[in-house]
Amino acid sequence: MEKSWMPIRIIFFICSRVRIPKEVLVLSKAGNTVSLPPPKKTGILSRYWKYRSLVMLFLPAILYYILFKYLPIFGVQIAFKKYMFRLGIWGSPWVGFENFEKLFAMNSFWEVLRNTFMISGLKLLFGFPAPILLALLLNEIRNVVFKRVVQTISYLPHFLSWVILSGIFIQFLSPSIGPINIFIKAMGGRPIYFLGEEEWFRSVLVITHIWKSVGWGTIVYLAALTGINPEYYEAAYIDGATRWHCARYITLPSLAPVITIMLIFAVGGIIEDDFNQIYNLYSEAVYSVGDVLSTYTYRRGLVKMDYGFASAVDLFKNVIAFVLIVSTNKIANRINDYGIW
Amino acid sequence: MQRRFIKPTPGSRLFDIFNHLFMVLLCLAMIYPIFYLAMLSLTASDVPLTKGYLIPPHVSLENYAQVMSNHYIGYGFVNAVRRTLVGTAFSVAMMLLTAYPLSKKYFPGRRFWTGFVVFTMFFSGGMIPTYLTNSQVLGLDGSFWVLILPGLINTYNMLIARNFFMGLPEELTESGRIDGAGELRILLALILPVSLPIIATLALWSAVSHWNAWFDSMLYFSDPKQQVLQLVLRRIVLEGSDDMMNLGSAADEMTTVNPETIKAATTMVATIPIVLVYPFVQKYFVKGMVVGSLKG
Repeated sequence: MEKSWMPIRIIFFICSRVRIPKEVLVLSKAGNTVSLPPPKKTGILSRYWKYRSLVMLFLPAILYYILFKYLPIFGVQIAFKKYMFRLGIWGSPWVGFENFEKLFAMNSFWEVLRNTFMISGLKLLFGFPAPILLALLLNEIRNVVFKRVVQTISYLPHFLSWVILSGIFIQFLSPSIGPINIFIKAMGGRPIYFLGEEEWFRSVLVITHIWKSVGWGTIVYLAALTGINPEYYEAAYIDGATRWHCARYITLPSLAPVITIMLIFAVGGIIEDDFNQIYNLYSEAVYSVGDVLSTYTYRRGLVKMDYGFASAVDLFKNVIAFVLIVSTNKIANRINDYGIW
Repeated sequence: MQRRFIKPTPGSRLFDIFNHLFMVLLCLAMIYPIFYLAMLSLTASDVPLTKGYLIPPHVSLENYAQVMSNHYIGYGFVNAVRRTLVGTAFSVAMMLLTAYPLSKKYFPGRRFWTGFVVFTMFFSGGMIPTYLTNSQVLGLDGSFWVLILPGLINTYNMLIARNFFMGLPEELTESGRIDGAGELRILLALILPVSLPIIATLALWSAVSHWNAWFDSMLYFSDPKQQVLQLVLRRIVLEGSDDMMNLGSAADEMTTVNPETIKAATTMVATIPIVLVYPFVQKYFVKGMVVGSLKG
């Protein structure tokens, strides 16, 4: 705890250092060439002083991150507390690991955890190769206008919210008026309630996820494709290679580093679920297959107001996610210079 | 890809045909659900919906008239536009202001502050602590600013802007520094004019996320008149809230009104602005993705 408050102390110190000698600042702007009296402190603080006009620009960001990012991180302590509205986050009594014991003893928690991994795993299995395949196919289209039209259309769903999309899919997949079920009925079949049947719900999640993200997902691969040296293709042609050979032995291997990195990140995010998608598509009938950590946290915490318990779920997930992301990012950084920072 | 020099073989031609066919089918699959909903929203109330059709036999705008007369949708629209405009302006300014110092090699403690910022991408307080902090510690519950402030900086996008700044030639700012300009002056007068592509990208990303946001509006506001369009849409379409659908006033004279087509028209009202703007701005999104991917 002590260590984490360090940045704030530093900031206060910088603030005070920057503010005091304002007149000096004005003087120097007035055109005198005499260098400013150097502050007594040496090393890092004198650097802060020297570049104060740059540091000033950054102050709002420091305030923002402390208030809206780090303060909630300190609020995580309510996972170890019995939350009482009257006493707030800081004043509520500590209960140690009680919330976690309750959590791990609950069958519904393990079901939710299993659903989270199942849905993310299925999305990874089918959703990860989809944009790669599409990018490779798009790459083979030589009519620039046609290609651009296809790209524009396939990016569109990325910009629509899950509220809108579930509004669309609820009607589209409806057992009574949806075109798919009208077709099934016309063929003499029994209509399927895709969003309300346990055996269909996960498939709907995976397919709608791919539908929304496949086009946009091609961008990173298409960008990588433009970096391939065209001489490779010319050389291959001289050696008598066909288009298939080129795709298989030049294009795909050139994408391999990007694919590896994207895969590592995708695996790193496997415990993350898509709250927006699932919350807007699910219903009580499919909780047993569709309820995931974030929706569970939401219902336990913000609907039933069991803040301590829900924060424990949150913290459990965030710790695992943190370990996954940091370790996968390390791996990615080692493989090539493509980490996030 | 310029690969016309490869002689087309019959197999290659066949592949081209199937590839183009596949792309056409893909586009249809992307468009059709949206098209279907648009058609549903134009269906007159006397058309039976359980029979399949591509274009409704009786087209009418009555659903839109109904939706437009709904006060909640009007409020929702105004609230959404307001938060999108204000939120985007503040977000872009804040992200540029943050990205610029982080892009400077001489920014004191640059590694520390980058870590300070990046850490929040990897570990967050989570839904409940964030809610409690915003509503109880910071007292933003029910305030317009709760929709703007917590999301001011999208760290990932901000880092993309930082990478863009890092790609700019150092001489650009050198000249300003020699003239004795402060860093804010340098940022405003020298950096911003050459950063329009990244500004456009940040603005568009921010605008889309504001337009599509609904969860914060649901958490922090209880008055239906203060909620944003997406949430009103959710209440009507997903939760089937009759009083928000506002059928009460019209129910006496229009007993034939069909809730499914009304829901479709409501969804379209939130979709149309994006579909209209999207084709013109699409290239900036893609450009930003490519422009910012240089690593620092």
